Amino acid sequence: MSDHLILRIIAKMFIPFILLFALYVQFHGDYGPGGGFQAGVIFASALILYTLIFGLKTAMRVVSPTALRILAASGVLIYGGTGVVCMVRGGNFLNYSMLADTPLAGQHLGIFLIELGVGTTVFAVMVMLFYAFSGRKGPEV
Amino acid sequence: MNLIGHYNYLVSIFLMMVGFFVVICRGNLIKKLIGLNIFSTSVFILYITMGKVAGGSAPIVMEGPGPHIYSNPLPHVLILTAIVVGVATTAVGLALTVRIKERYGTIEEDEIRQKDESL
Amino acid sequence: MDIFIDIILLTFLSIAALAIARIRKLFCAIMLFGIFSLVSACLFVTMDAVDVAFTEAAVGTGISTILMLATMALTSTEEKRPPYQPLIALLVVVVTGSVLVYGTMDLPDYGDPMAPIHQHVAPRYIQQSPDEVGPPNMVTSVLASYRGFDTLGETAVIFTAGISIYALLGLRRREDADYHQEDDHV
Repeated sequence: MSDHLILRIIAKMFIPFILLFALYVQFHGDYGPGGGFQAGVIFASALILYTLIFGLKTAMRVVSPTALRILAASGVLIYGGTGVVCMVRGGNFLNYSMLADTPLAGQHLGIFLIELGVGTTVFAVMVMLFYAFSGRKGPEV
Repeated sequence: MNLIGHYNYLVSIFLMMVGFFVVICRGNLIKKLIGLNIFSTSVFILYITMGKVAGGSAPIVMEGPGPHIYSNPLPHVLILTAIVVGVATTAVGLALTVRIKERYGTIEEDEIRQKDESL
Repeated sequence: MDIFIDIILLTFLSIAALAIARIRKLFCAIMLFGIFSLVSACLFVTMDAVDVAFTEAAVGTGISTILMLATMALTSTEEKRPPYQPLIALLVVVVTGSVLVYGTMDLPDYGDPMAPIHQHVAPRYIQQSPDEVGPPNMVTSVLASYRGFDTLGETAVIFTAGISIYALLGLRRREDADYHQEDDHV
């Protein structure tokens, strides 16, 4: 679709703002609506827009399938790892009060880390879904 | 029974039944998955309706004096999880549909069953 | 005024759902499903569920619709005419619906602050979340701290769905990916 001039220019203008908005939603999940799931999906939608306009091969050069596999697994690992670190420092599994000096600071750090893990996994899985569907050969017409 | 107070519940049951009808009565696999999604969304509407408090606001702590009324955050959390699990299920169902089309050549349920029985 | 917006949005939803049940062209059905998701996100906003509305708009309207369109491009674009009359199915649906309506007759009214759902655990979350957990957004504090196990399970479910689709469809290697014009199939 990259010979459609208007689509290409508008996509190039929009994609940085979509990525910025996704980062905003991820880190301001504590103060307004938002959080890991919504941010991961918005991140993925920026990459899906890029794939639609510029083609699957170019998009796979930006984010390769190997990177997606690693990102998807590491998101769940970050989440579980936070819980295990809490156990190592003396509390129960996923008891964030043990992560820092005061319980409130520990909760803040714990929530930040798990939202990061959730956002990473959701982003990687959504993009993996789109790559899988659009890389399949369609019916012979 | 207060009709205005229960209007939300009645419409959500109506949507549930429309989704149910599409799942059991349409043969196309993609249509069935759309019906399943309509069914799930109507269940979400039922839960969120039960969580609203009259005169309340979104469950985000507001600064300032006076007692604030907030809507119940617990159904919101449950439905958030349910939405994401629903889309994961839909995605796996759609992938299975693509593979069925490649293997059987059709996505209509009765034609698939005929091909299976003639094997 | 709130009640008006509520009633109008719910009427839109019912009309969209009935149209989806009747239309045979799959492209129209999928687009109507996108509209259905978006109107239900608006409905969630009027019911004070802003996090849920955000997620439904992003996930239901965005990801679900585009995956269904991709599937439609890879399979067929129209549904076959149903070969038999749906009388038994309609009977089952009507009976189930009336049993459910009878079951909801005892539910509290819309917006009742004395409903049982607001009496047990929710007041504790609302009152003590700023002291025990911290963030102003109570949905995040319940999701991430009070009910953290559920969120771990949910992340595992998303990861499992990703693995299943990787096993079913497979990702092309970068060298084999063609310049795939997806929208031209529609």
